[in-house]
Amino acid sequence: MTLAQQVLQQLINGIALGSVYALIALGYTMVYGIIRLINFAHGEVFMIGAFAGYFIITLFNIPIVPTLILAMAFCALIGIVMERLAYKPLRNAPRIAALMTAVGLSNLFQNLMVYFKAVGASPKAFPRVIDISRYEVMQDVYLTSDKILTLVVAVLLMVALQYIVHNTKMGKAMRAVSQDKDAAQLMGINVNTTISFTFALGSALAAAGGILYAVSYGKIIYNMGSMPGLKAFVSAVLGGIGSIPGAVVGGMILGITENAISAAGYSMLRDAVAFAILIIILLIKPAGIFGKNVREKV
Amino acid sequence: MKKKLSVLLAVVLLVAAALAGCSGGGGGNDVEDEDVIKIGSVSPTTGPVATFGQSVLDATKLAFEEINAKGGVLGGKKLLLLNEDNQSKGEETGAAFRKLIEQEKVVAILGSVTTGDSLIGAPIAQEAKIPMLTPTSTAPAVTEVGDYIFRACFLDNYQSEAMATFAVEELNAKTAAIIKQSDSDYSVGLAEFFAKTFEAAGGKIVAEESYLESDIDFSAILTNVKAAKPDVIFLPAYYDTVGPIMQQARAAGIEAKFLGVDGMDSSELFSLAQGAEEGAYFSNHYSPAADVELVQHFLKAYEEKYGKTPDALAALAYDAAYIMAQAIDEAGSTEPQAIRDALANISYTGVSGNVTFDENRNPVKPIWVNVIKDGKYEVAKVVEP
Repeated sequence: MTLAQQVLQQLINGIALGSVYALIALGYTMVYGIIRLINFAHGEVFMIGAFAGYFIITLFNIPIVPTLILAMAFCALIGIVMERLAYKPLRNAPRIAALMTAVGLSNLFQNLMVYFKAVGASPKAFPRVIDISRYEVMQDVYLTSDKILTLVVAVLLMVALQYIVHNTKMGKAMRAVSQDKDAAQLMGINVNTTISFTFALGSALAAAGGILYAVSYGKIIYNMGSMPGLKAFVSAVLGGIGSIPGAVVGGMILGITENAISAAGYSMLRDAVAFAILIIILLIKPAGIFGKNVREKV
Repeated sequence: MKKKLSVLLAVVLLVAAALAGCSGGGGGNDVEDEDVIKIGSVSPTTGPVATFGQSVLDATKLAFEEINAKGGVLGGKKLLLLNEDNQSKGEETGAAFRKLIEQEKVVAILGSVTTGDSLIGAPIAQEAKIPMLTPTSTAPAVTEVGDYIFRACFLDNYQSEAMATFAVEELNAKTAAIIKQSDSDYSVGLAEFFAKTFEAAGGKIVAEESYLESDIDFSAILTNVKAAKPDVIFLPAYYDTVGPIMQQARAAGIEAKFLGVDGMDSSELFSLAQGAEEGAYFSNHYSPAADVELVQHFLKAYEEKYGKTPDALAALAYDAAYIMAQAIDEAGSTEPQAIRDALANISYTGVSGNVTFDENRNPVKPIWVNVIKDGKYEVAKVVEP
């Protein structure tokens, strides 16, 4: 393999990983956009999505696309319930209370999964739902079918999200609530429904990310959501939290950067670099790449 | 009035029953002391390494049952196993060893399972001068604690050396890549010894990559390994990371042969590697494919009793239990000092081969190199010490 071939292969690896980060980051960013909450339990929704996919496939033995849809629906439900039970009562509480609740929820979800005998603490192999075949892009550079699936599904979902947010009534309501909750309510928008919908949407995307991740890398475990969850958070901040295109771009940049670091032989510094990026972006451009510099109103 | 009376009666009855229970229990113990020999074991059957602890405990129980069914030791005395579940936690481990030694007055201890736990228990056993035989703790430091501490498994460096030599001599490997788990001392140590032996034998390490236990995506480091074109890839880690690495390596188009170590031995490997494990070689403490009567007996008995194939931990624990029984027999008494001396001079043939102890109380015994063929283990080579 020449250097150029290696660079191209690592770029492909990075984009595949980045698109999973982007799917999770979208949930972070939408929830932040609408209720100014960093939902740290979001990484666990990603994990639950992967496990939901695992159980759907092992129990019903159905192909990947219906599995994706079912698992996304299940996680959308989890997202709604999570918001109603944990965050809604705290909507007018200090922001730190909701943040701590999110951290607590994250722990709760992980430990619940360990508690369930069917999941447990040891890793599980994700069933092989698609044949992993290789397509040669150029000599020695491959696109595998799982990576193609990841990219295609991620792009489709992002396009769908874009459509929902900009071309539907619910999307309009979401944008209105994120601008001014009280004014939106005065205009007759059901704020509770809108917030629930946002959680459902974000959680469904995380579930899709979880399944794509599991199909690609073959292993699922109860704590698989914590690292990708944090990385997706970094992606969302990098792109500008609250901005939907920002989450996608942030995810891609982070995925590619991580692969570049590993490719250069510093795989041990990969996580450290991801969080160094977070610190640097917060110091230099806290609003992120796509973020607007909103001044706090007094 | 009637109610009061019945309450009084109930209290009297309860007290009487409790007293009877006490004396009965006490009396039973006195009798027991004559006929049974108490052996302690510290295996975590809950907590993070519960599966390891359960394997060890199951196999130990099986061995004790067999020994007792054959008439026990010292001409008719039965072995009594007292297990303490230490949950693989430091404070629980210390308490478990103290309880076994001080309250239960065991004559010897089998355990603990992990190196970390054994390092906590060993000084306690050494101070009380109770012989301790850990079936599975591989770090050199464990037996260095003192002359009462033994182990039934070989040290990590032996298997690295065996695999490096095997790669050069049997597989004609000229180049190797190492993919190690850098947050595991076990993995880092094995990688280091492998590199040393492989290079001393004339081979070349063309790539050395690291990952963390929590990593799931290995595509970046595997692309580096692929570019280095190694003949073999050494994967010193447990099945839970080795399986996905193998699967992702084959998906990335890497054709090199895989070499692994005892941590790879798990039925879970097959589902995680999804077929990529075919043709992989790994060193282990025994081989279920060995054409040895004792091995086949052990497999059959274990499967009948527990409904699953024993792993290497179970084989080691089974051997450790028999070694301890033989040592007590040869000591001719239950004096801890006599048992220790008998252990030091023992020569035992078990599931993992012929075992003797060297002057550092580490076993001298063969290493089994297994190869995975059609989803089953086969013996590729037996490396004699």
